[in-house]
Amino acid sequence: MNLAIKDIRHNLGRFVLTTFGISLLLMLVIGMGGIYRGLVEEATLLLDRIGADLWVVQKDTRGPFAEISRIPRSVEDRVLAVPGVESASSFISHTIQREYRGRPLRLTIQGLSWPADRGQWLPIFSGRTIGQAHYEMVADKSSDLNVGDRIPLGKNIYTVVGLTYKMSSTSGDSMAFLTLTDAQDVQFDLSNEAIRNEREARVNRLQSLDLGNVQPQLSDIVGGKSSGIPALGTSMVSAVIVHVKPGCNPSSVAAKIASWPDVSVYTHAGQSELLLRGMVDKARRQLGLFRVLLIMVSAVIMALILYTLTLDKLHDIAMLKLMGARNSVILALIMQQALLLGILGFFIANLIGNWLFPLFPRRVVIVQGDLMQLAVIVIAISILASLLGIVKALRVDPSEVLS
Amino acid sequence: MKDMSQMIVEASGVTKVYGSGNTEVVAVSDVSLNVARGEIVALLGPSGAGKSTLLTILGLIRPPDAGRIVIGQTLVFDGHLRVNARTFRREHLGFVFQKANLIPFLTAAENVQLAMEINDASPREARLRTLELLEYLGIMDRADHLPAKLSGGQQQRVAVARALANRPSLILADEPTAALDSVRGRQVMELFRNVAHEQNTGVIVVTHDHRALDVFDHAMEMEDGKLRISQLK
Ligand SMILES: Nc1ncnc2c1ncn2[C@@H]1O[C@H](COP(=O)(O)OP(=O)(O)OP(=O)(O)O)[C@@H](O)[C@H]1O
Ligand SMILES: [Mg+2]
Repeated sequence: MNLAIKDIRHNLGRFVLTTFGISLLLMLVIGMGGIYRGLVEEATLLLDRIGADLWVVQKDTRGPFAEISRIPRSVEDRVLAVPGVESASSFISHTIQREYRGRPLRLTIQGLSWPADRGQWLPIFSGRTIGQAHYEMVADKSSDLNVGDRIPLGKNIYTVVGLTYKMSSTSGDSMAFLTLTDAQDVQFDLSNEAIRNEREARVNRLQSLDLGNVQPQLSDIVGGKSSGIPALGTSMVSAVIVHVKPGCNPSSVAAKIASWPDVSVYTHAGQSELLLRGMVDKARRQLGLFRVLLIMVSAVIMALILYTLTLDKLHDIAMLKLMGARNSVILALIMQQALLLGILGFFIANLIGNWLFPLFPRRVVIVQGDLMQLAVIVIAISILASLLGIVKALRVDPSEVLS
Repeated sequence: MKDMSQMIVEASGVTKVYGSGNTEVVAVSDVSLNVARGEIVALLGPSGAGKSTLLTILGLIRPPDAGRIVIGQTLVFDGHLRVNARTFRREHLGFVFQKANLIPFLTAAENVQLAMEINDASPREARLRTLELLEYLGIMDRADHLPAKLSGGQQQRVAVARALANRPSLILADEPTAALDSVRGRQVMELFRNVAHEQNTGVIVVTHDHRALDVFDHAMEMEDGKLRISQLK
């Protein structure tokens, strides 16, 4: 006869409620772990999707994910000339926040090196990749944009032609992909008035110089588009990403590029370590500590619950002792309830989590290994939590039946 | 003089003092008594005389401060406990109290069955004997009811069935009929007598009910912790 089960059946409502409460707590613990894993995954997702062997960035910076990095686009051509390089393309990425249909729209804009890179590597889930050099956009579905939406950015309107899934930036914002030139247009967009002021200022500067007086036709150029001025024409990108030829060692190619005095270079592993160590590390410790606290809170609450459950049964336990029941009978009664509470709570926590976590705005990634680890912890705290009640139960004197 | 091998309880010089200093109460004072197998004995006396205390001492629920107790050839106490009290209770003793003290989350049948499973009976064997006992006590139709759904008298009969379950050699009952009407009360007393006589069990019953005294083979009376044996028959 299993006393633990019989008692639970008798107090089913209370047990169910208690289990539900514990499961909510455990769900929080699972969620904390999932949020951390989500952070790591989001941080390295783009890096892994792009899959570049090398990242060439501004000298002494830690690359576009860590800080601002600016290098001339021409580095792309220089890199291409290095033996062992299969392909090189410019990387430009910046985050914008606009209002769209009355709601804030936050996008991390990523430039694609059109025409070499049309976004074939993107995980498209509806629509298509970019098909023309301008005014098309592929967005992540987490942005709530749809195929056919027309988004005004700067002075142009971009049409969403495709949607990706699970493409979010290292800080969790939805990604949007434009061609490199469009991305730069968006980034360096100035109002018409600002452009006119700048041109006026340039003409004035020119006229105060000797050069302006000897070559008056220069003022036609200076008063025109910025890109029309050769000295200012070099466009800046955040980084150049490099694929090496199959069979070539990325680190020997990296060593060659690293010898240039104007850039720094990182391998894929180096870049992702920078990311994880730099920005994710604190978040990890923060969430880790919170997780430990939650586990402790769960343990204390479980101990209290099991203790009161035992107190309620103290008279019955005294009677069991009076009848001559072995301690193992009493131990099993309390311990089995504790384990049932913990294990059921854990399973329900998983069920609720599976339903709830996908609704979170940022990714919550549940890893089997973490779950196994938590299961072991739950069993351990169930046993620990029951100790308080067990000590109380083993101390009760059979003569208390008579009082 | 009775044959000593026929004795189920032989106690001498049993003393129990509660508290100390000016709250000291001598609940049982130098009590000696013998109860034979197959004998049902009444323990009478005014409130506070020490009847319950004596019963818990004989039932190895509370140890006395002094004395010597032999239960069914086994020396259980002579200044120290000589047996494992819990094991001994399980194997040799049956208890009934004023309140039924049934386990509230077990049905009537399960309450009886549990007593046997605790004593290592197989569930099948336990189930059979339970049904037999419930039948015998006339509460077969309530076998699957929880205690809360039973009347006081029905609960008490389940408690009696539970006390009988392991065929104890000594049954100790503390005012078992106080919660019953006189007819039911008498039935329970007669049941104890039958068990004593048919199964050669010793039965000691604390009672205030003088109308049922004819059921007993002997009556003993306590006052201020002291015992006076008064022969009925
Ligand atoms: N746990 C205890 N601690 C201290 N004193 C106690 C305790 N139990 C009983 N007593 C005292 O011991 C004396 C005997 O009590 P006991 O319960 O044995 O009497 P009783 O004969 O069973 O009385 P009643 O007929 O009222 O049940 C009483 O004076 C009582 O106050
Ligand atoms: Mg009493």
